[in-house]
This record gives sequence, structure tokens and C-alpha cells, in this order.
Amino acid sequence: MKFSVTVTLKKDVLDPQGKVVQNTLNSLGMKNLKSIRQGKFFEIDIDEDNQEKAEKLVKEMCEKLLANLIIENYKIIKL
Amino acid sequence: MKSSVIVFPGSNCDRDVAVALKKMQFNNQMVWHKETSLPKSDLIVIPGGFSYGDYLRSGAIAGKSLIIDEVIKAANSGCFVLGICNGFQILTETGLLRGTLLRNESLKFINKDINIKVINNKTKFSSKYKLNQVLKLNIAHNEGNYFTDKNHLDELKNENLIAFKYCDKNGNISVKSNPNGALENIAGIYNSKKNILGMMPHPERMVDSIISNTDGVNIFSSLMV
Repeated sequence: MKFSVTVTLKKDVLDPQGKVVQNTLNSLGMKNLKSIRQGKFFEIDIDEDNQEKAEKLVKEMCEKLLANLIIENYKIIKL
Repeated sequence: MKSSVIVFPGSNCDRDVAVALKKMQFNNQMVWHKETSLPKSDLIVIPGGFSYGDYLRSGAIAGKSLIIDEVIKAANSGCFVLGICNGFQILTETGLLRGTLLRNESLKFINKDINIKVINNKTKFSSKYKLNQVLKLNIAHNEGNYFTDKNHLDELKNENLIAFKYCDKNGNISVKSNPNGALENIAGIYNSKKNILGMMPHPERMVDSIISNTDGVNIFSSLMV
């Protein structure tokens, strides 16, 4: 069973990399750009047929390693 | 006193710390991260560097390595633990120290000598310093911008757990003397029992007057008292 996980900085945490990307896109003429937040993306394949069990495992992965919950949020999507 | 320096793939200040520890008469051992037991130690040092190439987040992978369970056990039973630079980042990833180290506000890797002020000199790591003493140490990091939540910051202040703050050479603590954007200029913190110290500056680089200065000596020699 495949999942995607996106990890992004929380709203109140400064994202300097996102800001630089945003400034660069602005300078490329993309004037309607409102904001950019940079994050990390993981594609996870799990050897488990039960969706509930698989989701629980992905959640555990996020909380134990993939995200630092002090500064980051994560979002799990089943593919 | 016995000390252990934990070595990860990508650690690059491990031997500098070992030289400093030997100079201070510690009986030191290097411990590879794949070990599952620690030699009996009074002090464990997690050195600076780029453990696991800073993959995922700086310190994240090292914070889950095999030896870390033993470090956590030792720390919880009162062993002194010193995390320097990447070592500080690793300690926050293990949860032994709270908060985290964000990317420098300038987005640049900073390698320079800076000044820090001793905020608490009543711990085993700092008793040989004077209160408010200004030290000149070196920093070399990309993620040194300390951040924590409001509750923990209040706790740090109320329980006197802030070890050092960035300042100028006259001891003024201001935005101007903050090299990386760290919350309230924090350069190092203790856990609530004060047996764990995490700091971004490198005291092991300042233990010899021929190549630098000796402002870092007292971190190690205080532990000997």
C-alpha cells in the first residue's frame, strides 16, 4: 500500500528557503505569487493490506522520525 | 574522570574534543555509533560535525542511532552529557534537550569567532567561570538558530537553564550581537537537572593559547572540580 507524506514548517515558523524561492520567482516576473512554503516529500510503500493498520504505521513514522513536531506538520495521503 | 566521545559517520570535531579532554586529564574513549553499550563514563560528549550528512534534518538520524539509547539511559541516571554544535542538534532530536535548531536567519553557514556571556555559573559545567563573564569562542554552523515554545522559554528563564547568550565583546546582548537569529540570543541551554548541556559554540577549539585562546577550558575543568 502506497502513501505520500508531506512535511512542512508550521505556519509561525520562519521558512527562509521558501522566502528565497519566492523572491526569485518574483524576480522572474511571477507577480501574482502570494506565498511559498518549502517542505519535504516522501513516497512510502508498505507491505500491509489493511489500510487502517498501514495508516497507523505511517503516522508512527512521521512522529518518530520524518517530522520534528516542534516546528513541522505532516500530511499523509493514500496513493 | 572518565569520558566517552560518540563518533558518527560525518562527525568532524570528535578528535578535537578528545585532544581537549586528554589535555584536561580525562581518561577518554571514542565510541562508535553502532556500539550497543557504553564504557562507564562520568561525561559523554556528542561532538560537532555533519552526522549522516545532515540528511533529513541536522541530527535527526544520529538521534535515532544504536548508541543513543545508551546515552539516554546514562543521561537519565545523572551522567554528564555535553553536546557541541551538531551534538546540540542531536540532543534536541533525542528529546534530552527541548527546542530545536533552525536554519540560520541569514541562510548562510557561519564560521567565525563570536562572544558569549555566561548566564549561569552555578552548574557542574560552568562553576569555574564568573557570572556574566564574556568568552570568545568559535561557531561554525548552518542551523544554530535556537527556537522553542513560549512555555519552555519561560521555564528556561525561571529555572536559570540558559547557559550562554551571544553578546558583543563588551557583554551587550542585542540583535546586533546575535549571529544566527537564535531566540533571545540563546547559545546554549541545560536540561532541568542541569546534567546535560547543549551549546552551538565550540569550547574544544579554545583550549590552547598558541592556536586560539583558552576561554573553552573551564567547561571541561569545571567538571573536574
